[in-house]
This record gives sequence, structure tokens and C-alpha cells, in this order.
Amino acid sequence: MKELLSQKVLQLKPSGIRKFFDVANEIPGVISLGVGEPDFATPYHIREAGIRAMQSGKTFYTANSGLYNLREEICNYTERQIGLTYNPNNEILVTVGGSEAIDIALRTIINPSDEILYIEPSFVSYLPCIVMADGIPVPIELKAENQFRLTGKQLEDVITQRSKVLILSYPNNPTGAIMEKSNLMELAEVIKKHNLLVISDEIYSELTYGKEHVSIASLPGMKDRTILINGFSKNFAMTGWRLGYVFAHKEIMEQMTKVHQYAIMCAPTVSQYAAIEAMKNGEQDAAYMRESYNQRRRYLYHELNRLGLPCFEPEGAFYMFPDIREFGMSSEEFAMDLLDQEKVAVVPGSAFGESGEGFIRISYAYSIDELKEALMRIERYLQKKREAGK
Amino acid sequence: MESSLSEQILKVLENNSRLTNQEIAIMLGVSEEKVHMKIADLESTHIICGYHTLIDWDKVGYEDVTAFVELRVTPQGGDGYQKLAEKIKEFPQVVTLYLMSGAYDFLVMVRGKNLKEISLFVSGKLASIEEVQSTTTHFTLTKYKELGVDFDMGRPDERMVVTP
Repeated sequence: MKELLSQKVLQLKPSGIRKFFDVANEIPGVISLGVGEPDFATPYHIREAGIRAMQSGKTFYTANSGLYNLREEICNYTERQIGLTYNPNNEILVTVGGSEAIDIALRTIINPSDEILYIEPSFVSYLPCIVMADGIPVPIELKAENQFRLTGKQLEDVITQRSKVLILSYPNNPTGAIMEKSNLMELAEVIKKHNLLVISDEIYSELTYGKEHVSIASLPGMKDRTILINGFSKNFAMTGWRLGYVFAHKEIMEQMTKVHQYAIMCAPTVSQYAAIEAMKNGEQDAAYMRESYNQRRRYLYHELNRLGLPCFEPEGAFYMFPDIREFGMSSEEFAMDLLDQEKVAVVPGSAFGESGEGFIRISYAYSIDELKEALMRIERYLQKKREAGK
Repeated sequence: MESSLSEQILKVLENNSRLTNQEIAIMLGVSEEKVHMKIADLESTHIICGYHTLIDWDKVGYEDVTAFVELRVTPQGGDGYQKLAEKIKEFPQVVTLYLMSGAYDFLVMVRGKNLKEISLFVSGKLASIEEVQSTTTHFTLTKYKELGVDFDMGRPDERMVVTP
């Protein structure tokens, strides 16, 4: 059968997470710290707005770019949050999650053999989406000692004549890193100098701790060259609703809308109505969830230190990315062994690109009690390993 | 808007009073000593009024009966309601007591071994208080939720075990 299939797709590696999921899912009594979504259910007033939409028969397609009312509310919200003004008529598109936005943005801008720069470790979709759109992926390896931030120098070093776009994702999954304004300023200079575009995936923008989120699009001269992606999944605990959005210059947007129109038609209508409520009245919910994540973040960070696992202190999202190199195992071996011995599921760092090797991703979108139980098991596991290694 | 440390401690304890001072200190990013002092202060000023356990007694087959009793009393001047409340809350059968707006004055939550015990208490003790004009007793049948906690088995984690 394979000879009938696309070479490009055949050559894609299946997601490392998928493989791990298949194993973990079969083990009874497993306690998971492997989930990349909030533990909160969608706030009830937002669910109610979805229910009302269904009850009143809002079951039709919407405009390709989304309900006008929603686009307008997203623009208002974005203006309040990061001070950027976008035109709801021609600079925004409502998508099926942030994931669709990544895909269509890449498909809209890539010509074959364009080089696409992206940071690593990072979300699992960038590389395959670049490949599917015929781009040449150019990973930029981030370092724990730089707090997993990208420097202007690192960027400058990989730029060639064929470089087209830089994909940024801060706050970052899986490292929990953020970029501060000064870091972004440094990048912006390089980006402008080499006339690059930016795809900035800011899906965790509400989840920073102690420092305000800064969008690269808000820096001087950057708005027009930035495709800004955000969504409802993480900020409003709406993963299953599949709803995101993307802002871009109207000339980019016009082309991107075609891809969306032919591939998707429009984002789910009921989800769009619920999202209007999230934009209008959801800021309290986001603040509440942020405070709760922050408590768990402090707790988990303290505990990882106590267990002697070197870990960079994350300032965003809901992940920690500790270093497990002292055990001399690959991150996949480590995660499999931990699962087998203590029934704790974490995600091997290598699932987020080669530079994630030697690390594991631990999610703290879990209650303190669940974290406690999992940490007790991890502690037991580490002790055994360390004793065996002596 | 950052809430005060006291407020943050209260919110954390309200959800889980079994956390140690050390754990709370870590979660809030302050010293353990500070947490200890704040809690001692909150206890001594009776802002923290107790640490209890929410139990669904039905599940252990405890045949306890709970009733809500509405009390209508003769209109009170000055600190009349306060005095009356002090009288009512002394009964060990009274679990909760509120002064209400609306059609009646006090709402009294009463717990007893069976219907008869509660009925006798209401007629014998509450109704016989001089200022009480009338009582209406409602017995609870099923408890679904108390103090924000669902008495169902709790919602299982419906997320997949591992996701990107």
C-alpha cells in the first residue's frame, strides 16, 4: 500500500508523544504528569454561552474568518492585554485551535526550499508543518543556561539568504521559558535587518508568573511582519472547543484566509459563541487559574530542587523541564523506566526535538495532592537509581 | 490585582486545610515563619473558626437526619435578634443558624437521629421560645453538594494520559 502514499508524509516521524501515550495508556494506576492541557474544566459561564448557542439553533456556518462579533471582541481584548490594535475586518482570522493557525500561516508564506527557523525544544507541530509545506526546517537549539531564551547572536548565526521566517513560541511548551522585552528587542533588530517574518505562537500568553507577557508584535516596526497566534485552549481552559485565532497584516491575511476557507471553511460555530463570553467576561477566570498554577509552580520547583534534579525556574505556561543527564539514560529510556517502575508518566524531552534530549517535561496542571503523590514516587525512583549507580 | 497574604492563605486553606505551614509557604513564595504567624493571628481573631472535615455520612450508612427550620419571630428592636440568636445557637442540635431577609426571620439547620427527634426538638424547644411565632420544618432528602463540594464521586480526570 505504501507505494500509493505521499513520500513526504511517509517520511514524517510519528509524534514521540503518541508512542509514549500508547504505552502509558495501557498501564492501570498510572499517575500522569504528562498532560499538555489545563486541569480546570471550562468556566461554567462560558460553557453556558455554548449551551445557549446550541439551544437557540446557532448551528450554521459562520463567515470564513469567524463571527464578526467574536473578531471584534478578540480585537478589544488584545488591545486591553498587549496594547495592539487590529482591524476586525481584515487583520484577524478565527481558527480551529492555535494548531490550524500554525499550519495555514506556514502554508501561506513558504515557497519550496525557503528556510524556516524555529526554536527547539518546542511544540511538536512546527517541524512537521514546515516539512509538509515544503520548507526547510532550521532548528535553533536553546540552552538551559540561557533560560531557554533565544539570543540575537544565536539567531544571526543561522540566517542565510534563504531564511524566510522565525517561529517563536513564548511562554514556551515544554520549557516554561518566557522572553522579556529586552530579549525581544534584541531579536527584533536582527529580524528587521534581514527582512524576516515572525510567526509568534503566544497560546500561553495569560500564563506568566511575576512578569507581564510581552508580544514581539508590540515592538516598534514589528507588527506588520508578525503573524501573531493565540487561542482559547490554555488561557481559558477550552482545549476541547478547538478555537484559536491569528492576527496578521491584511495582505498576509487575505492569502491565509484562502487556505483556511478551502481547508476548513470556518471554526466551530458553537465554540465561537462560547468564546465571545470568554473574551467579554473571562479575565477573572484567567487570573484565578494563573494564581493557582503559580502556587503549584512554586511547589513543584521547590520539590525538584529538593530531589536534586537540576531545573531551570520556569516563568510561564505550566511545565518544568528538569535535566536527567546524571542517570546516563536517554530521555525516552528514563521516561519508560519511570513509568514501568513507579507508574508515573512524564514526557521525554526528545519528543520536543533533538535538543530536548537529556530532559523530561513535567506538567503541573495537576492538584497539589496529585503532585505530592507523583513526587513521592519520583523520589523513590531517583533514590533507587542513585543507589544502583554508586 | 494581588490579594493580601492573609487572603491568599485563607483561600488555600479553604480548599485544603491539611496542607502544612511549610507547604503553604512554598506555594505562596513566603517564609514558613510568616505563614505560621499569619495563621496564628487568623486563628486568634477567629477569622479561621475551625478545621473540619466534610463527610458524606450517607455513604457510611449513618441514618442521620437534617432539617431546615424556618422561624418567624415577633419583630425585634435593638439587639433583639442577637439575643434571640444567642438563645437558639446554644442548642447542640442546631448546626447552623442564619438571620434572613424575606418571609421569615431565622433559618436553623438542625441535625438529629431521626424525624421524631427533630420534630420533638422543634416543637418542644424552638416553638416554645416566647418570641417564636411559627415554625416550618423541611427535611432534607439527598445532599448533592455542600460548601462548594460535590458529594458525587468527584469528576474523574478526563484528560488523556499524555498530550503535547
